[in-house]
Formats: sequence, structure tokens, C-alpha cells
Amino acid sequence: MDEIQSLMHGFAVALTPTNLALMFTGVILGVIIGVLPGLGGANGVAILLPLTFSMAQTPGGQTSAIILLSCIYWGALFGGAITSILFNIPGEPWSVATTFDGYPLAQQGRAGTALTAAFTSSFVGALIAVIVVTFLSPIVASFALEFGPPEFFAVYLLTFCAFIGMSKEPPFKTLAAMMTGFALAAVGSDPVTGTLRFTFGSVYLLNGFDFLIAVIGLFGIGEILLTLEEGLAFKGASARINLGVVLETWKELPRYWLTSLRAAAVGCFMGIVPGGATPASFMSYGVARRFSKNGDKFGSGQVEGVVAPETAAHAAGTSALLPMLTLGVPGSPTAAVLLGGLLIWGLQPGPLLFVEQKDFVWGLIASMYLGNIAGLIVVLTCVPLFAAILRIPFSVIAPVIVVICAIGAYTVHNSIFDVWMMIAFGVLGYLFKKLHYPLAPMVLAIVLGDRAESSFRQAMLMSQGDLSILFSNGLVGGITGLALVLLLWPLASWLWRRAKGE
Amino acid sequence: MATESQDRPELQDTRPAFSTRTAEIAVAGLFFLLGAIVIFDSLRLGASWAEDGPQTGYFPFYLGIIICLASLINAARGLALSGPRNRPFVEVGQLRLVLSVLIPSAVFVGAVGWLGIYVSSIVYIAVFMRWLGKYSWWKLTAVAFGVAIAFYLIFEVWFKVPLPKGPIEAWLGLD
Repeated sequence: MDEIQSLMHGFAVALTPTNLALMFTGVILGVIIGVLPGLGGANGVAILLPLTFSMAQTPGGQTSAIILLSCIYWGALFGGAITSILFNIPGEPWSVATTFDGYPLAQQGRAGTALTAAFTSSFVGALIAVIVVTFLSPIVASFALEFGPPEFFAVYLLTFCAFIGMSKEPPFKTLAAMMTGFALAAVGSDPVTGTLRFTFGSVYLLNGFDFLIAVIGLFGIGEILLTLEEGLAFKGASARINLGVVLETWKELPRYWLTSLRAAAVGCFMGIVPGGATPASFMSYGVARRFSKNGDKFGSGQVEGVVAPETAAHAAGTSALLPMLTLGVPGSPTAAVLLGGLLIWGLQPGPLLFVEQKDFVWGLIASMYLGNIAGLIVVLTCVPLFAAILRIPFSVIAPVIVVICAIGAYTVHNSIFDVWMMIAFGVLGYLFKKLHYPLAPMVLAIVLGDRAESSFRQAMLMSQGDLSILFSNGLVGGITGLALVLLLWPLASWLWRRAKGE
Repeated sequence: MATESQDRPELQDTRPAFSTRTAEIAVAGLFFLLGAIVIFDSLRLGASWAEDGPQTGYFPFYLGIIICLASLINAARGLALSGPRNRPFVEVGQLRLVLSVLIPSAVFVGAVGWLGIYVSSIVYIAVFMRWLGKYSWWKLTAVAFGVAIAFYLIFEVWFKVPLPKGPIEAWLGLD
């Protein structure tokens, strides 16, 4: 049981007073970010990333920095549920499914029950996912130590094919958005030979497009513009949770253990194979409705209908860190931002991290247990405060968020040009969201573009341009095969529907 | 908060500004253009196989091809939208609201390069609150200055991250 020992060591790393304080700070910031329109897990972490630059240079500072950032992520995951249940406004895409039963519950005056159920099942989902991460990631990492370029390219292929196969958006729009991400990543110098390309003589394009800027613009400014259209009438149920409601809900929750377990399984799967938290929450809601005895009452305020999507979203959000740590392939945009942080702090994500940076890895994993406990305590006790933030009028909060986004974009490279890029990406984000072009695969393509290209070209060099190297042994062939199945999934289901005559 | 939308006559204008079909085709056209630029520059750099392996344009060339093909299909699907499926993409009132945030934000970014982040933020927040929220002068002064001071403390003092500054900070000796 090496893992247990490593984990105990991790707890020793994470349980310093500084790190505990950072954990609570991160969670509180994260919930605020999750509640505010225009700020979410991915761009919230991206904006706060520059704050950790100096922190990460002190000894042990990298661990503190990742604890702060990952706790912001956990906080944002918790925060999304508050706006969904009280205001029927999903603060985060993964909490859309929570509105289906959460908001009716709040209208019936059972907001406290719905919130307690949401927070508790988020916690359970995260806990199950952290246990999976604890025991599975060392295995995946040791396995991945043997990977060569063809295997890595196959993993990238699987990641991106999963987006096409699992996405709710039209496959050709997913493809266009994703390939555009790769094209943006290719701007600047060629990762293999260093030749400049696609810069067209511009000095600003020499370093290419930074995905942090893209994340802040696409998710931040784009979201503000979208929120404006909705007319801004936030009418919310009042938020009060007292101990009696919490205990009563906790007594009811064990009844849904099977729903939770199924939701956690869906979530972990979707997080590791990068489907992400959003599809996981919808899928889990659908599965719960099909299997539940009260399936026909879903949508009218069933506690089970809150448990299922929240458990799955948190499980997916948490397990998305597994491929990020072990393979260097993030499973969600927020995991991608965390990966960007690791690179900036001088750490190389991937299997070697588990050999060379034991303190960092196990400190992070231990902090995932502690951070979620901290999160549960914070949200259960402070809900009315967070709900009050949503009552701040939009004409005050919107300019402040634009300023925060601008500061975040500027501090990445201390460049005003980046702030202009952020505005441009914001307009793109608005158009993409309205026309159902998915943003997540585009962001991941900008992050992984250079590495996917390098591994592809190295693999091609090994085989002298023969694509069959992607099927040269069982491992790489299996991953490539799975990728192709996912890629062709939309086509197969379309043919199936046609054959049935729909 | 709830009354804010009723106070705004501009939201009442529900005529469509663009149809979804127009927007779909325009965005697909944008993608096609991008794909074409990528193909063009890849061919200039060489997109084939040299003696030492694939050339610089080898990988992006295929990206460009896929972007162009996918955008053609998306444009075709956009063209096929008709009748009730061709919903308004954005209403005139909504578009006016979106632009009324977007344009000041662009002006704000332009001002940051010249006046620094603090002065531009104070002016931007105050103008925004006055224009869209109709707040009294003392309220918007308090919020605008409060936010700027909070950012100064968080970024420059606690986390030692320098933010862009302009002539007024230099005059105050804060630079």
C-alpha cells in the first residue's frame, strides 16, 4: 500500500497553517467566482494565476500555489449550485442540470434542502473521484513512463475525438472550433525546427496566442455579453440554511446511495476521458431519471434530481486532474489552466512528476481531500453571504468584472496587446456560444497544439511517414482504435436514426 | 435589480437585428478565411516531406484543409435554415445593450495603455454605473475609488504584481 504511505506524507505537506489558510482563501474566492456572472472556474483560475508567480519561487511554494488554485476550482464547482438553485441561473455550465429540480425545490420553500443536498452530493462526488485519483494515478503514471511519441499522439487523438463523439454540439462545429485552436497554437515558432510561421511579419504574433488570454476572453467577456442579453432580472429565492434542515436532509440522502454511486461512476469516467463536467451532469441526470422510481416526477423538485447532476459534475471536475497530472493531458479547460500554471512554475506535468516531484503531487492529492472538506464547511455556513453577491446590480458588477479580466490578461505577460486580444476573444466567445460552437475543445487545442504536433512529427519520423505506426502494438492500437470509435460515433448514431426512419 | 430591465426602453425593441442564418454563414465564412490563410502560409513554408522529416507546414496544412471543409459543411447547414428554425440571432434592443458594454470596454482598454489601469478603471466604472445604472455621484465615486484602491492593495502591495500605470501615478509618486 505505497499509495497510503505517500498520501500520509502528502497530508503532512498540505497540513501546514499557511496551506490551510490558502485552502480556505481559495475556496471562498472560488465560490465567489462561481456565483458571479462572467467569472468561472477556468477564467477565475487564469486571472489569479499571475498572483502565484512570486509565491511559486519560494521553497515548497509550488505546492502552496497549486493548493490555492485547485481550491479556487473546488470553490467554483460548489458555487455554481447556489445560483442554479436560488436564482435559476446556472453560474457554471455544469450546473445547468441542477436547475431542473433545484429551482422548483426552492420555489416550494425547500431551498435549504436543495442546497444541502447539492453541497453534500458535490462533496461525495469529489470524494469518490479523489479516491479514484489516489489509487489510479500512480498506476497510470507508471504505465505512461513507457510511452513514446506514437502513444502520446494516440492519447491526444483520443482526447480530441472524445470531444467530437461526446459533445452535444454539432460535430462539424466542434471540429472547426478545435482545428482553429490547433491553428492558433501553431502561430509563432515551429516546436521542432524553430522556423517562424503564420506571423506575417508581426512582432506581437512571435510568441503565438496564449491560451490564458483566450480563456479569459472567451469565458469572461463572452459570458458578460451573453448575460446582458438576458435582461438582467435576477429574482431569487431567499437563502437560509439552519442546522435542522441540514441534519434532516442528511437523514434523507442515504436513500439515494445508488443514484450517487451511478452518478460518481459517470462523472469519473467523463472526467478522465475528457468529456468534462457539463456533459457528465446531463448524462447523470438522464440516467437517474430513467432508473428512479419517481422518474416521471423529475423536474418538479425531486431531491434525487439535484443529487445526480451535482455528484457527477464534481466527480468529473475532480477526476479531470488525473490525466492532467499523469499524462500532461488536461480533461477540462480548468484543468488546462492548472496545467499552464505548472508549466509556468517550472514543473513538467506527466508521468515523471510522480517520480521527481513526490511532495508536490501527493501534497496536491491530499489537499484535494482537505479542500473539499473546507469547501463543504464554507458553503454550508456562508450561503446567505454568497447569495447576497448576486443581488449586487449588474451595472456595478459588470464593469468591475471587465476590469478584473483586463488585469488578469495584462499580468500574464505584462502586455497591453494581450488585453486587446482578450476583447477580441470575448466577441468570438459571444458568437460561438450563441451559435453552439463548443469552447472547451478550442481551449484544449490551444494548450496541447504544440505538443500534439511534436509527438505526431516524432512518430512520423520513427516510421518514415507511415501512419500505421499508430497501430503498431496493442497499446497504441487500442488507444487509436478507441479514438476512431469516438470520432465516428456521431456518424453511426445518425445512420442508426435514419435506418429507424426518424 | 428586478426593476432595472423595465427602466430600459432599449430592451423593448424586439425587432431582429440579424437572423441566425446570416450569423451562421458569416461565422462559417470567418472560419473558411482562417483555414485558407493557414493553407496559404503552410504551402509557402513547405507542407511536404523533406529529407529530415516533415516540413514546418506539414501539420498545419492538414489543419487548414479540415477547417475549410468543416466550415463549408457548417455554411451549408446554415443556408438550409429557413422558416421558424431561422430564429432571430439577436434583437435590436439586445444588440444595442451588448454594444453599449462592448464599445466602452474597448475604449477602456485603449485608455489603459495611455493612462494606466487605475485612472481608466475609475473613469470606466463610474461612467458605466452612471450610464446604465443611474447611480448618484457619491455612490459611484465610492465604488470606483474603492475598487481601484482594493486592486492596488491586492496586486501591488500583497502579491507584488506590477500593473500598468500612467502619468497621474507618476505625478503622485506611486510608480
